[in-house]
Amino acid sequence: MSVITIYVPGDAGALAVGADAVATAIVAQAQARGTAIKLVRNGSRGMYWLEPLVEVEVAGRRHAYGPVKARDVAGLFEANFLNAGQHPLALGETENLAWLRNQERLTFQRVGVTDPLSLSDYQAHDGVSGLRAALAMAPADIIKAVTDSGLRGRGGAAFPTGIKWKTVAEAAGTQKYIVCNADEGDSGTFADRMLMEGDPLLLIEGMTIAGLAVGATQGYVYIRSEYPHAERAMRAAIEVATAGGFLGADILGSRRAFTLEVRRGAGAYICGEETSLLESIEGKRGQIRFKPPLPAHKGLFGQPTVVNNVLTLATVPVILAKGAQFYGEYGRGRSRGTQPFQLAGNVKQGGLIEKAFGLTLGELIFDWGGGSASGRPVRTAQVGGPLGAYLPPAHFDTPLDYESFAARKAMLGHGGVVVFDDTVDMAAMARFAMEFCAVESCGKCTPCRIGSVRGRELIEHIMAGREVTRNLATLHDLCDTMISASLCALGGMAPFPVLSALEHFPDDFVRAGRDAA
Amino acid sequence: MTVTLSERQQATTRALAEHGAAPGALLPVLHAIQDALGYIPDDALDSIASHFNLSRADVHGVISFYHDFKHAPPARRVLRLCRAEACQSMGGAALEADLRKRLGLGPDEDVNRDGIAIEAAYCFGACACAPAAMLDGELHGRLDLETLTALARGEAELKA
Ligand SMILES: Cc1cc2nc3c(=O)[nH]c(=O)nc-3n(C[C@H](O)[C@H](O)[C@H](O)COP(=O)(O)O)c2cc1C
Ligand code: SF4
Ligand code: FES
Repeated sequence: MSVITIYVPGDAGALAVGADAVATAIVAQAQARGTAIKLVRNGSRGMYWLEPLVEVEVAGRRHAYGPVKARDVAGLFEANFLNAGQHPLALGETENLAWLRNQERLTFQRVGVTDPLSLSDYQAHDGVSGLRAALAMAPADIIKAVTDSGLRGRGGAAFPTGIKWKTVAEAAGTQKYIVCNADEGDSGTFADRMLMEGDPLLLIEGMTIAGLAVGATQGYVYIRSEYPHAERAMRAAIEVATAGGFLGADILGSRRAFTLEVRRGAGAYICGEETSLLESIEGKRGQIRFKPPLPAHKGLFGQPTVVNNVLTLATVPVILAKGAQFYGEYGRGRSRGTQPFQLAGNVKQGGLIEKAFGLTLGELIFDWGGGSASGRPVRTAQVGGPLGAYLPPAHFDTPLDYESFAARKAMLGHGGVVVFDDTVDMAAMARFAMEFCAVESCGKCTPCRIGSVRGRELIEHIMAGREVTRNLATLHDLCDTMISASLCALGGMAPFPVLSALEHFPDDFVRAGRDAA
Repeated sequence: MTVTLSERQQATTRALAEHGAAPGALLPVLHAIQDALGYIPDDALDSIASHFNLSRADVHGVISFYHDFKHAPPARRVLRLCRAEACQSMGGAALEADLRKRLGLGPDEDVNRDGIAIEAAYCFGACACAPAAMLDGELHGRLDLETLTALARGEAELKA
């Protein structure tokens, strides 16, 4: 009898809702029944409302069950789920689930599919083909492919990746570096985490290709401390990749070298900003550096350095494997390719949706998300993390691409969308934006360090109904000052959620005042 | 739980030996000490400073910059609650207020009589399973008051 393979995600989000207990129960049941199974801890498919999502592979096809609780496991065995038996939690073949089938998964093609730490699984699913292609190319041609694909940085600023790499390739330096920004500090985002836990070898492959392209032999992955599971996965994957010969002194017998080290952050949002991040890797306080010089010229330890987001680097292999044209055909306008969108908050079906740029915010929230989790009307969505604007339903027709969002004084950022129902108090959310900025300010410049504290106080006065008109005017002035005079985007953008709340939901500020009066 | 001087010295020596050689290794060393002891004791600063050729004030400056690093032994149990937007959209603030009542914690108090502490965190990447919290490095999502209280009080078998 052949051994049946069962998949239970080891993804932190799945673990948060009980995946370990489910895995333990499955092993215990199988043992009690004398059935041999092979348990794979895969990444998450990104359908978080169905987690823990258990899959059983029968005759090469995967059948999904979810959301499974440990106490459901005995019943699943009774229902012969090892043979794809019927059960109230049965969802049918995973591949046929519309939510997955309608995505365009390029960067996330293997996440949830493979065993994250199996090199053979990785290669059997097209892994390493990008690196092999790159090894056969001149560095300039690698950079040209990345440039031609139209890939722009997925960390928030959307800077063209090929241009950044070209700058580093042309810069003089004795030791160049590739630094992966895995700080993923934006609330409402989790794609970096899912990717590192679900397909860590892909990030290694992308970083190695970047190293070949610019002539860097050393890389760092800077992972926030809130992500212990991702850190463990990356460390383990680096060992696997090194043992397998595709990382280290002699990559796949090419005599080219690339080594990787993981560094853990220490709970500072600002360390997601690239120059703070470099300071932090150097062992210093994570304060912003003045630019210029750019990190591409003088970055880590004063050397030319590529700093890229996890998703940016993890998208490079598919571009090299399938060609710049293949990738660039996805997307809209100057936003080329696909974006792993992250849908979260008060939404029925939250998770990861990788689609070409251009679907609308409303499609994401309603067609994919199914509306609010509470069943109440959706009132707003914050897009692009804690520095992103709150959009009203009237703007849900905005296409999800960089330019369309900018035209609405909003930003796509890292692709996170957080949904709120009509119980949200927008004055409280505005206060939170200022409070967050105050907590996380690096302290280097006054508009941010002092302004955020003052901003929170002003909103508190407004909420309490004290001199509302005058305080609103002062708040607007303060926001203008922070935007124009802050040294970096933390102080420079924290006013955006505040201003969008004031513009689209003015009643919440006045009402707050009236209630208290 | 108190940590003896020799335990403190041992942890510091080991952290410096295992992590101190890499370029810019101050954070890895601090993490290793805190992983071992739960905090970074003041009497470790001199040996760290001399290892890295820094002043004691420099090391202190780095430690105090980062929210994670603790100067004193942590509470018996520290529950890290996510306060960021996705968790708020699912009632995180009200949940925290209710939990504080149950634990007998005022709005500005961090630790209760039984040594249970609440700490603010900003996103664990479990935003599609909000509200979320972390306890001893384990993530918990879709929290309600009962589960959260059980977590805080250390009552077992939560997720089965
Ligand atoms: C306050 C602040 C926080 C940031 N946080 C992150 C982050 O968590 N992850 C990230 O990739 N980029 C973050 N960035 C953007 C980085 O500075 C930088 O643009 C990015 O890492 C470049 O990589 P990319 O071109 O691949 O996007 C942040 C920027 C600012 C101003
Ligand atoms: S805006 Fe804030 S975080 Fe950025 S440099 Fe100024 S003080 Fe530091
Ligand atoms: S916002 Fe709470 S886990 Fe992300």
